[in-house]
Amino acid sequence: MANYSTNEFKGGLKVMLDGDPCSIVENELVKPGKGQAFNRVKLRNLMTGRVGERTFKSGDSLEGADVMDLEMEYLYTDGDMWHFMKTDGSFEQYAVEKKALGDTEKWLKEQVPYTITLWNDKAISVTPPNFIELEVVETDPGLKGDTAQGGSKPATLSSGAVVRVPLFINQGEVLKIDTRSGEYVSRA
Amino acid sequence: MAIDWRPSAEIATLRERARLLACVRAFFAARDVLEVETPVLGQGGSTDVHLVSLATQARTDKGQRRLWLQTSPEFHMKRLLAAGSGPIFQLARSFRDGEIGSRHNIEFTMLEWYRPGFTLAELIEEATTLVAALMPSFAKPVVNYRYRELFHTRLAIDPFTISLEKLRGLAAERGQMLAGALAKESRETCLDLLMSMVIEPTLGRGELSVVMDYPASQAALARRHQDADGEWVASRFELYLEGIELANGYHELTDASEQRARFKEDNTERRRLGLPEVDIDERLLAALEHGMPEGAGVALGIDRLIQLALGKPRLKDVLAFATPNC
Repeated sequence: MANYSTNEFKGGLKVMLDGDPCSIVENELVKPGKGQAFNRVKLRNLMTGRVGERTFKSGDSLEGADVMDLEMEYLYTDGDMWHFMKTDGSFEQYAVEKKALGDTEKWLKEQVPYTITLWNDKAISVTPPNFIELEVVETDPGLKGDTAQGGSKPATLSSGAVVRVPLFINQGEVLKIDTRSGEYVSRA
Repeated sequence: MAIDWRPSAEIATLRERARLLACVRAFFAARDVLEVETPVLGQGGSTDVHLVSLATQARTDKGQRRLWLQTSPEFHMKRLLAAGSGPIFQLARSFRDGEIGSRHNIEFTMLEWYRPGFTLAELIEEATTLVAALMPSFAKPVVNYRYRELFHTRLAIDPFTISLEKLRGLAAERGQMLAGALAKESRETCLDLLMSMVIEPTLGRGELSVVMDYPASQAALARRHQDADGEWVASRFELYLEGIELANGYHELTDASEQRARFKEDNTERRRLGLPEVDIDERLLAALEHGMPEGAGVALGIDRLIQLALGKPRLKDVLAFATPNC
């Protein structure tokens, strides 16, 4: 991979730091009027998801990371690995470990496209679509007519996630959920 | 995608900016300091190792020449002083390549002024008075610090005597650098890092901070003198407000041969670092040779002061068109 100098550090650039692939979040020049310039860089570690700060001398460089995001459909799990297939028509499949799957495990649904982040061709994270439609498999019976009042109750969805839903929702209904906040949006 | 043609600053902010610039001019008019305008282009440039100058090619009376966009109006203003201008000030467009950020813009406005006959203490008094005059209902105390004392109280080290090895370790750790990243770096780089990353953010909080007695190696175009501890230090001060460096002032060096030696040192260091050398400003040296009156001068980043006075988060909020949008 190419090396990137601090002046090329833009949001989204993927670089290697301490052996892990990272995505640059922010790059701020710190420079005294008389003296050496530095860059204070905020990076997201793509393996852990953690965001940290590092300082570099202006002009220093980091090795680029061979990271790419691909769209893949979820197929199935064999208990150890979760299997996805590229949506580009190649039918190429990737197996994802539990660690890389992370919180996305509770948003899995067959045939839905996910964004898989590959580093050196190995899946390191899985991002669900912002909105996903899932069926309610378990919740208290709905209150008829209660469509406007506040109040909510827990509902277990087909993917295993538990979300707060309005009181009028019944078992078997399909709901639109925002996966970023884990909140109910509407009936699908 | 639609082209973003709109100004970086709101029009109402530009009105406030104009009002503050009028205040600056009134401040100096009341003190009989002459406003001057010197060229953006010069045949000499700044040799400062940490500044990257922009240069352009122009067809001059002597044919095709490389002309330097000035990193500050210092050299031309000193030539005016040597010619007998008396006290002068300027709101000067200045250029520093690569400097873009929330506190930097490649093209910016420097408020620079020179006071023949002034001591550094007299200039500090004037500079802090100007800052207070531009900030709305400013009632903060002015607090003086010595460079050495800051490192002592904030980091428990003596910046002048700590071993280079210990300094590198401390700077890498406190500056959040990779371990070993500073293994080959100089004392100055390590001190700059600690100053920028650890000390500066704490300065100018609830006060206007003045920092004095910088290490002699950071003198640039300032004289050097022995401080109360007998240490050689730069006759230089800086002002800080809200963790932001605002101004840098010198008891000016007037010795032409000393000045030439420092320019040459800079270019030697540039060669060592593989940086391009910069043409030494022979006209400035000739002016110093002729004789420049003793005195003090200061450069203040007026864009930053306007940003603080108007409570804006970023420099570009007070610039009509910041570089990314120019």
